[in-house]
Amino acid sequence: MKTEAKVLLGLGTFFGLMCAVYWNWSLENAGGVMMFAGMLLCFLPGSYYFWWSRRMKPRPEDNPQATQTQGAGVVGAFPGSSIFPFVMGMGAFFVVLALVFGIWLLVPGLALVVWALLGGTAEGRRGGHH
Amino acid sequence: MTDVLDPPIHIEHHDGGHEEHHGATGILNWLTSTDHKVIGMSYTVTSVIMMVIGGAFAEIIRAQLATPNGSLVSLAQYNELFTMHGSVMIYLFAGPFAFGALANIIVPIQIGAPDMAFPRLNALSYWLYLTGSITMLSGFFVAGGAANFGWVAYAPLSNSLNTPGSGADLWIGGLLLTGFSAIFTGVNLCATIFYLRAPGMTMFRMPIFTWNMLVTAILILLAFPVLTAGLIMLYCDRHFGTHIFSVAGGGVPVLWQHIFWFWGHPEVYILALPFFGMVTEVIAVFSRKPVFGYKGMVFATLTIAALSLGVWAHHMFTTGVVLLPFFSIMSLLIAVPTGIKMFNWIGTMWKGQVWFSTAMLMSIGFLFTFLVGGLTGIYLASPPLDFFTHDTYFVVAHFHSIVMALVLGAMSGLYYWGPKITGYLLNERLGKAQFWFLFIGIQVFTFPIYLLGLYGMPRRVAVYPANPQWKALNDLSTLGAVLIGVSTVIFVVNIVVSWKKYPAGDNPWDAQTLEWFTTSPPPHHNFYRLPQIRSERPTWDHNHPEHRTLHHGEHDVDPQVPESEGEHV
Repeated sequence: MKTEAKVLLGLGTFFGLMCAVYWNWSLENAGGVMMFAGMLLCFLPGSYYFWWSRRMKPRPEDNPQATQTQGAGVVGAFPGSSIFPFVMGMGAFFVVLALVFGIWLLVPGLALVVWALLGGTAEGRRGGHH
Repeated sequence: MTDVLDPPIHIEHHDGGHEEHHGATGILNWLTSTDHKVIGMSYTVTSVIMMVIGGAFAEIIRAQLATPNGSLVSLAQYNELFTMHGSVMIYLFAGPFAFGALANIIVPIQIGAPDMAFPRLNALSYWLYLTGSITMLSGFFVAGGAANFGWVAYAPLSNSLNTPGSGADLWIGGLLLTGFSAIFTGVNLCATIFYLRAPGMTMFRMPIFTWNMLVTAILILLAFPVLTAGLIMLYCDRHFGTHIFSVAGGGVPVLWQHIFWFWGHPEVYILALPFFGMVTEVIAVFSRKPVFGYKGMVFATLTIAALSLGVWAHHMFTTGVVLLPFFSIMSLLIAVPTGIKMFNWIGTMWKGQVWFSTAMLMSIGFLFTFLVGGLTGIYLASPPLDFFTHDTYFVVAHFHSIVMALVLGAMSGLYYWGPKITGYLLNERLGKAQFWFLFIGIQVFTFPIYLLGLYGMPRRVAVYPANPQWKALNDLSTLGAVLIGVSTVIFVVNIVVSWKKYPAGDNPWDAQTLEWFTTSPPPHHNFYRLPQIRSERPTWDHNHPEHRTLHHGEHDVDPQVPESEGEHV
């Protein structure tokens, strides 16, 4: 976890320094704001990882001497096949087409998105495809 | 030293979770699968089709330019063609092929993970990418034609007065969809690499390809939201009467360029870094050596990422409103980590037993072509030289050297990992023929247009003065494009000829990283067992305990012979 934190905090620090130099030198706001936001985007997860890395035992993947048996156990829950990503994708497709061809396309678009959200959530609670 | 656990991991299956690889087949499997390998294959097929479509546009463009007053297409059609050629190649081929196709399939296997961290989000990424591609390309079928403002959509050319019609809106909509697809893939890759590595797979044991994909994913998360926001602003300017990018209403057209290139320059590395990773893997495997300067490679990648956020306005030197010295210095600095990579690739080959397979040839071709593109990039980072060559064919030649190098890298990746993904090798003889046509074609295509740029030929023109010198150089460039087209035909022929003909086995290249430890193609959830991970090349250590990777200062005193169960070669 420490290396992950260092990567993100390191990038964020560099963006911060670069932002300070750029903003003070150029007095141009668009780029300055975007670099500042880039710094925040690195610091947010980076400091979370850093906070945790000091409070948790090294995971097997952080331990250079770990054996495969130390990884035994539940890795995570992986859903089986699901139609809802496709439904959601089609919904987003119609929403975007509504931007071009007419507002009425939002009706099928949002209907598909809502169906996918409800269906996907229910499926996640129920435990995947049956 | 081999501690092989069988099975190594338990996946918590919800009810019916195993049905996927028994039940759904064919179209239903394609629509519903959340397996990263199936999604990755969908990405691969779609993005290669996009490459062929974008390539067809390029061939039409080059055919038009073969004569000074070409009449193959009208001026308006030509604008659509170069816009869509750039858009398809950048948005719909190069990026999705790298982080959607190969990374999706290879990264989880390289780190010993059973799948991507969020499989359903991964599937959604693919559907957004596919629908985005369809949206963008459907511009050709609406009145007024496809988007025609160049792939960069500069304001005020892209506003509703200068570019009316739904083709431009479809372009914006398609980009919104593919942008979200990329963001979701970035989230997925970060979470997978941070949380699903196998025991012993520390960050500094990850293969360079995985490292590069991690940095790519971070860059996607930094850059793509900016583009998405910019597109929404552009859409509002076009339809809702805002004046964000128009002077008339108090807006600033150059703001679009700032936003676009704040995404656009990291995007260059989002495109390039995955292919750097592929080439690194291929060169190490086919030189029979570990990667030379592993940590240097990682730090070079991170440095490129760090600098990439501070170089965007080198695309805007001639606007006259950007801080030239800052962007020039930052852009020139990029040459340092890239140079480190270049020397490390050569160092990896140095005194290795180089095996000139198709994948290796493609990677060596990448080194040469990328070097040409990189060196001309250094010229362009200098404002005085950039003022001279801005918007000429010199710039076109520079970035085509880069992106065609990436195509060589992509082909290298396909020849290298194809057997792992499909279980079958491609024909090497046809592969080498493809390489020579592609490699020579690229050089014949780019070198004349470098000269044309220096002679002053502007980019994005369908006709040009009937100067014999310009015509000869354009003809030569068109010949190069034809050779590249032939290489693509050879590639398709190779796929047809080799279809399920040459079974690959688990590890046909005697490769080093974890993906070659499992079967080809890998089973559902990827691994039946995992080797002990003690270096960045666990499969090699397992298969060659007498030549296992030694750490700095370590002596190999007692090489142990592994139990037979892990032997695959």
